[in-house]
Amino acid sequence: MTSQDAGSQPVGALDGLRIIELTDEKGAWAGKLLADMGADVIKIEPTGGDATRGYPPFYHDEPDPERSLYFWHYNTSKQGITLDIKNPRGNEIFKSLVAGADAVVESQVPGKLARMGIDYADLRESNPGLIWVSITPFGREGPRAQEHVTDLTLLAGGGIAWMNGYDDHSLPPVRGAGNQGYHTGCHYGVMSFLVALLHRDATGEGQFIDVNTHASCNVTTESGSYSWMVSEATVQRQTGRHAAAQPSLPSQVRCSDGRYVNTGLPPRRPQEFGLMRKWMEELGVLDSFEQAEILQLAEEGPPFALADIAEDDMVAAKFAAGREAVTYIASLVPAAEFFNGGQERGFQVGIIHSPEEMLEDPHFKARGFPVEVEHPELDASVTYPGAPYKLPASPWRIRRRAPLLGEDNASVYGDLGIDAAELARLRSEGVI
Amino acid sequence: MPKKALGHLRICDFTGQLAGAGATKFMAAFGAQVIRIEDPTRKGKWDILRGIPPFPDHRRGNELGGAFNNHNVEKLGITLNLKHERGKELLRELVKISDVVSENFAAGVLARLGFDYEELRSIRDDIIYVSNCGFGHTGPYSRYKTWGPIVQATSGLTFSNGLPGHEPAGYGYSYMDHTGAYYMAMAIMLAIHHRNKTGEGQWVDVAATEAAGVLNGPALLDYTVNDRPLRRDGFPDANHSQFPPMAPHNIYRAEGDDNWVAIACRNETDWNAIQGVIDEDWVRADRFATLNARLAEESELDAQMTTWTSSRDKFAVAASMQAAIVPASAVQKPQERVDQDANTEAWGLWPEIRHRDMGRVRVDGVGTHLSETDWSMANGAPTLGEHNRYVLQGLLGVADDEFEELQAEGVI
Repeated sequence: MTSQDAGSQPVGALDGLRIIELTDEKGAWAGKLLADMGADVIKIEPTGGDATRGYPPFYHDEPDPERSLYFWHYNTSKQGITLDIKNPRGNEIFKSLVAGADAVVESQVPGKLARMGIDYADLRESNPGLIWVSITPFGREGPRAQEHVTDLTLLAGGGIAWMNGYDDHSLPPVRGAGNQGYHTGCHYGVMSFLVALLHRDATGEGQFIDVNTHASCNVTTESGSYSWMVSEATVQRQTGRHAAAQPSLPSQVRCSDGRYVNTGLPPRRPQEFGLMRKWMEELGVLDSFEQAEILQLAEEGPPFALADIAEDDMVAAKFAAGREAVTYIASLVPAAEFFNGGQERGFQVGIIHSPEEMLEDPHFKARGFPVEVEHPELDASVTYPGAPYKLPASPWRIRRRAPLLGEDNASVYGDLGIDAAELARLRSEGVI
Repeated sequence: MPKKALGHLRICDFTGQLAGAGATKFMAAFGAQVIRIEDPTRKGKWDILRGIPPFPDHRRGNELGGAFNNHNVEKLGITLNLKHERGKELLRELVKISDVVSENFAAGVLARLGFDYEELRSIRDDIIYVSNCGFGHTGPYSRYKTWGPIVQATSGLTFSNGLPGHEPAGYGYSYMDHTGAYYMAMAIMLAIHHRNKTGEGQWVDVAATEAAGVLNGPALLDYTVNDRPLRRDGFPDANHSQFPPMAPHNIYRAEGDDNWVAIACRNETDWNAIQGVIDEDWVRADRFATLNARLAEESELDAQMTTWTSSRDKFAVAASMQAAIVPASAVQKPQERVDQDANTEAWGLWPEIRHRDMGRVRVDGVGTHLSETDWSMANGAPTLGEHNRYVLQGLLGVADDEFEELQAEGVI
């Protein structure tokens, strides 16, 4: 694939690195992040294909191992080979692949690879720069390492579910949809890999990285953890806003078109009250707003601090009027009008887009966030979410759609000196 | 003491809150010298987390905010008035000896202070400048302002996290301040690796909304390929599993006050195992015998599961499922996962640091361990200007009398 990078286009920051990936759904995201930054990631699948090839949704709803949109999303820019590493010859081939690689990213159950005689310490002897990233639910060893998980149970145990949900606590906590537990473990895996890479740049030394997804979720909970550690306060979930030890007022409002917005931080400075009042005037709703007079007073000043609200009844009334004003406006106009109107006046407000509405939003189109990826077998070009960061000198790029099953066997094994005849034999013996 | 992987790197750091500060905290834990620059005229309060709860005791004040401490451990802190010409000069000298300049101001703020990328580059040719704001530095919304919840709202994450028939629940914390910081840290280190190879610096533009947009996953392709939006009847349905379909798969009520337990049945093997754990007639009924049947009757299945779980202890339910090799976990409250979880304790996930004014406080550690260059955290967040002498005199060579002048003139 590196040949596709030739020419005047700058290559990704990880161009030239070869990474062997042996992951399931818990680790595939890490491989994608590295591959889209230019690393030559070789994904090893069992001969029958990765289990996620069977996950919906499917291209045109036709279940097929080459049509899983789940597999497509998590495996862009990677090369794909098949290999049975339990087979003795397959095991040998795996070790020769690792011998020529810069890194391994794997999410196997702790102890599984060791039982097959695959051991980092041995492999590093002949390849001292080798970086090994192990992504497991609870780390390699120690308490709970053998527990069984899915994304849901990781988010439940890791503290994320506790934070999310509704004011009505008869409704359950809500997990954090879309594999965010797996993503969070992978984010720690990639950040730590990059630390190890910079260390290797400086010293030539590789190392072993033990990623604990449960621990990674636990330190991705903002005030949940430190409110407890600092002041022994337990935050409680609230609809559409931060969980808090002391209940806060709602900030999510249903607009006139039935869509929701986040009203952000209400006005505090006199000038902001003025902007709010003028906005209501322009909409022709100032007369119907009961607290218009207090708004006027707030506009005349003086400015106040949040801490004054609890101390001074007049300040509290002004603050409440500001809140009411922004909520009132939001309820009267369509969500997009509230979002743009609020932001153009300097208020930090948000529109609650569905994922597809984000992709269609003109801002993200203008920045080139949606990208087209060719699927020549289907004679189709498919829109994918694009770059999470823009590095113009060494850019993110989807260089190719996810690999077909075993697509790169010939070239990858060819590089190891395996000729066509042996390849055919390996295939017939079920090794690849 | 482990070796410091990033001990050779210096970051001139304007980040704050969590979306930026989280990135440089991670790098500081691996030894990067992060020099946090604060505005003396505003007592560092552009970072709203300074001086707000949680507080460790009855005291209140600018140096006692628990969130600020949590996000800024192992950093140095200096004050510099950039409206002052001498302040600008000192910043130029600092940039000269830094590898990275990082910030998460609203777009354009650092440029208005006189330090856009071109200026930074004229000071040091291979400088890496990483900016992180909600909508990025280009595009129609580049002037719009955000914080975590606005990023989550606009990117689709708030919407997807809800129960059918209810408004969005969203995230009860700034998931995208954490995760935006993770992408910022990745971006900084990717740019350093590129510089190591080529000698070339660059300006990296991180838009937290785009870092969020990539996390919507296969649901986005279901729209672009199959025209199936997530805004449709019965969705979002966050606690059930669509990709892949599983049932039962939910968060169920357990015994006690606001106690819940998550159970995920991945396949028929798991379902058979659940039948062994739950000794009730309904669990063996034909109408729940296959995945398709259970999906078709998911609400009835969930109701039966709830009847069984709601009179039981959440940890006991999870343990009985785990014993049968079925994924399950209590929904852990903060005190349960911080103080009573054997895994987080054995991991050393909550290191105790020492802060000049707060004393000993536990903070969020790191979810990984590295065999040769592991992270460590011992020192709390810097107090305002705590390292002025160390940085200005020790690194930039400011003489004693000049240092006093800088103080007297309000430059630092």
